[in-house]
Amino acid sequence: MSGADNVVWLGTPAFPEAARSALADTRLRTNLRRATGTIRDKRLAVAAELEDWEELRETAATIKSHTLRHLDHHLLRLEKAVTAAGGVVHWAADAAEANRIVTYLVQQTGEDEVVKVKSMATQEIGLNEALADAGIRAYETDLAELIVQLGGDRPSHILVPAIHRGRSEIREIFRREMGEWGRPAPENLTDEPRDLAEAARLHLREKFLRAKVAVSGANFAAADTGTIAVVESEGNGRMCLTLPETLITVMGIEKVLPSFADLDVFLQLLPRSSTGERMNPYTSLWTGVTEGDGPQNFHLVLLDNGRTATLSDEVGRQALACIRCSACLNVCPVYERTGGHAYGSVYPGPIGAVLTPQLVGIENAASLPFASTLCGACYDACPVKINIPEVLVHLRAEAVEAKRRGRLLPTTEGLAMKAAGAVLGSPRRLAAVQRLAAVGARLVARDGRIGALPGPFAVWSGTRDTPVPARESLRAWWRRTRTPTSEDARTAAEGKARR
Amino acid sequence: MRIALFITCFNDTMFPRTGRAVTELLERLGHTVEFPQGQTCCGQMHFNTGYRPETLPMVRRFAEVFAGYDAVVAPSGSCAGMVRDHHRVVAAQYGDAALAEAVEQVVPTVYELSELLVDVLGVTDVGAYFPHRVTYHPTCHSLRMLRVGDRPLRLLRAVKGIDLVELPDAESCCGFGGTFALKNADVSNAMLADKMRHVQDTRAEILSAGDNSCLTHIGGGLSRLRTGVGTMHLAEILAATEGDMR
Amino acid sequence: MNGRESVLSAIRGALSGVPGSERPGDVPLASVQRADHAGPDVVGLFAERAAEYRATVVRVPATDAAAAVGRALARTGARSLVVPYGLPEDLVPRGPWSLLTDVPSLTVGQLDAADAVVTTVATAIAVTGTVTLDHGPGQGRRILTLLPDQHICVVRADQIAPDVPEALGLLDPYRPLTLISGPSATSDIELDRVEGVHGPRTLDIVVVEDA
Repeated sequence: MSGADNVVWLGTPAFPEAARSALADTRLRTNLRRATGTIRDKRLAVAAELEDWEELRETAATIKSHTLRHLDHHLLRLEKAVTAAGGVVHWAADAAEANRIVTYLVQQTGEDEVVKVKSMATQEIGLNEALADAGIRAYETDLAELIVQLGGDRPSHILVPAIHRGRSEIREIFRREMGEWGRPAPENLTDEPRDLAEAARLHLREKFLRAKVAVSGANFAAADTGTIAVVESEGNGRMCLTLPETLITVMGIEKVLPSFADLDVFLQLLPRSSTGERMNPYTSLWTGVTEGDGPQNFHLVLLDNGRTATLSDEVGRQALACIRCSACLNVCPVYERTGGHAYGSVYPGPIGAVLTPQLVGIENAASLPFASTLCGACYDACPVKINIPEVLVHLRAEAVEAKRRGRLLPTTEGLAMKAAGAVLGSPRRLAAVQRLAAVGARLVARDGRIGALPGPFAVWSGTRDTPVPARESLRAWWRRTRTPTSEDARTAAEGKARR
Repeated sequence: MRIALFITCFNDTMFPRTGRAVTELLERLGHTVEFPQGQTCCGQMHFNTGYRPETLPMVRRFAEVFAGYDAVVAPSGSCAGMVRDHHRVVAAQYGDAALAEAVEQVVPTVYELSELLVDVLGVTDVGAYFPHRVTYHPTCHSLRMLRVGDRPLRLLRAVKGIDLVELPDAESCCGFGGTFALKNADVSNAMLADKMRHVQDTRAEILSAGDNSCLTHIGGGLSRLRTGVGTMHLAEILAATEGDMR
Repeated sequence: MNGRESVLSAIRGALSGVPGSERPGDVPLASVQRADHAGPDVVGLFAERAAEYRATVVRVPATDAAAAVGRALARTGARSLVVPYGLPEDLVPRGPWSLLTDVPSLTVGQLDAADAVVTTVATAIAVTGTVTLDHGPGQGRRILTLLPDQHICVVRADQIAPDVPEALGLLDPYRPLTLISGPSATSDIELDRVEGVHGPRTLDIVVVEDA
């Protein structure tokens, strides 16, 4: 156990199997296609407005990687600055410790309910469930989180957790569930997004006005000043960060930036990459507590939960640079077709495929690094230039090694790869196999095409014809028609000597 | 210019005609092409599937076999990308300094076909003639690993007689992904279905690309559906001349 | 070992490969050249971009500022206007609305029942169409610009910075800061943007230019 629980959902099948059921859900695919299509075009348009977009990405990547290389230093600076500004800093090695701290802090206020700003970190640690166990009700206030919570559902996207739901489903959830949680949905609720947003406004208003405790995440934290940033759109964040008396912010340790001035770069990159806007409607920045304005008690919980394990991998650590914009999900051809639930993790999509196995240990999410064609669209879209394909193949190697360690006999795939390696390790063996394949394939081919293939290739040949290997390989043709070069004579001689 | 052809194991076995096309094309342009018989495979399948130790001998062999040429050309974006981006990773991982040095020597000489033609040989009009309706799929590794950009399209536009039509949503992955097509067959099929629909929307006779692996995937689906759309590697179109059309 | 020590020691263990000679302060960023995204007409760009995000923007001479605020109130039919501490007298419009001053502090209930609020700003950002409040005199406590459904911002033309870095450079990080770009919005339903959720659903921006 590398420290993280709750990141992966127990009981979710491996990706290929989960993807199969997702693909069968035509409504899901329609919802996803429409949503990701809309956001892709918007992102491209606003990124193209900045002619130095590439330099901005490069700068952000440099800041992030350098900060991670000195993470302890910057976290101690942050702790000092937050404390000096009247906040209290807590450290949590894992989800259980973070949940204990937050539960205790809420209990100290004497309250039995909290309002929450959308936060991946609290989702990751399963905070709502932990609070519920202690008799504390947590109300999600982000519209998409509200849809997920009311629907008894799981998030399927980093930015828009209810992206798998279409408007008519959302209307049904609101009509059915809002009354159970507080103010019911209006009688004549339509499925117009405007009306649905209005219903959420009315439903949550009373909760905001009476809340004494709020829990948030953080997008950024500046180590020099102790300033925390929350980037949002709806105003639910401002409500939670302003109205209650006590604010508890749970933040992954990788969110720290060296200085307030670094926000320059990230506040240009994040909204454009995330919602395709030049700037999101609301960004709140606060430093400790301010007398007479906003919460008078501020707690910052710094969360590890598998991040230091990720940090120890020099290739994999770049995943910690993620600013949770979700651009990689929106451009991913795999995500677009399966949605987020198939990943079985709080962090879906390409970034999830590299982050989840590192947070929970490769053996607990071994199928995720393979849930990609390595097409590279994610890397191009990433505002902090996380080379996701590079980390994916790195983790694939770890997954194979973990499997090798865990068993006495090699897997079928392992044997096949070993055999292929032996063939490809020698031009002579390759030539021999080529001759065999050309003859063998002709026995099963019809009209120069092979229909059904055996074993693991049956899934390929179910939908595709396969061409017959050539009668004469290129190397054979070359030998037959061309004079050998001195290089070839040497190879031939070596071959003889080996025999 | 003395150019070595790295045909790639897949083309060698399945599509030698692509290798013959590259040879004809480069010789027509006045260059000497050699085929080092010691070549086998770039190691991409093993590397991308997580079998690093098995990749090492292939990286070593490549660096030995292709050392010393003015240029090495591969009619495959993904194999050229494997050599360029990942051979040094493998060399570094196994701490083999001599191999790392050999890789550093050979990598800058390795080009995908369209890069060699446009950047090194400085041609876009290769004197080809191909009177057919063609659409072009850019393939992910050519596009996003090698960044070949519009080089293949510039080459195709200069082909006489060609009716080149734009492929809708061209830059989307076809769903092949090497062993992905086996490990995640359902997702691969879903992506393939969309790619085939776009290809058919162009009413092209021929789908072309710089990678026969993607073409085998898309073409295999098009064949199964009896669409009548054929597939041809970019090299084969560029090698075609009026003489071929008798 | 407590959480703090255990996290810090895990970090140090993970970073054992970072050479001791590398210092935390060595971020090689000084050489980054930033492009100008704003162009010469900073005020015009600000007005255009703010309007794109559904803020209602007007440009007026200083003598017309209060009247412009009044016209915004008349447009929505607001009956009550919250006036923050320190708001310049000459920005308070006369009209058929009641004025609610925040001295002594208004209650949450009073603010929730109020129709509109008028404030100045700390700075504004042209490229993104953003107004920035540091909640000092004239801008009110954060809650003042959150509960009323209409927020009217008075921005002096010389407060408009070209882009995000210039604006952040003008702000005091030790004050609470709110960056506002258009009325509240959501893209949570099918990633389709809808204006108006929890924050003010109407944002008016009055840009005051010297004649």
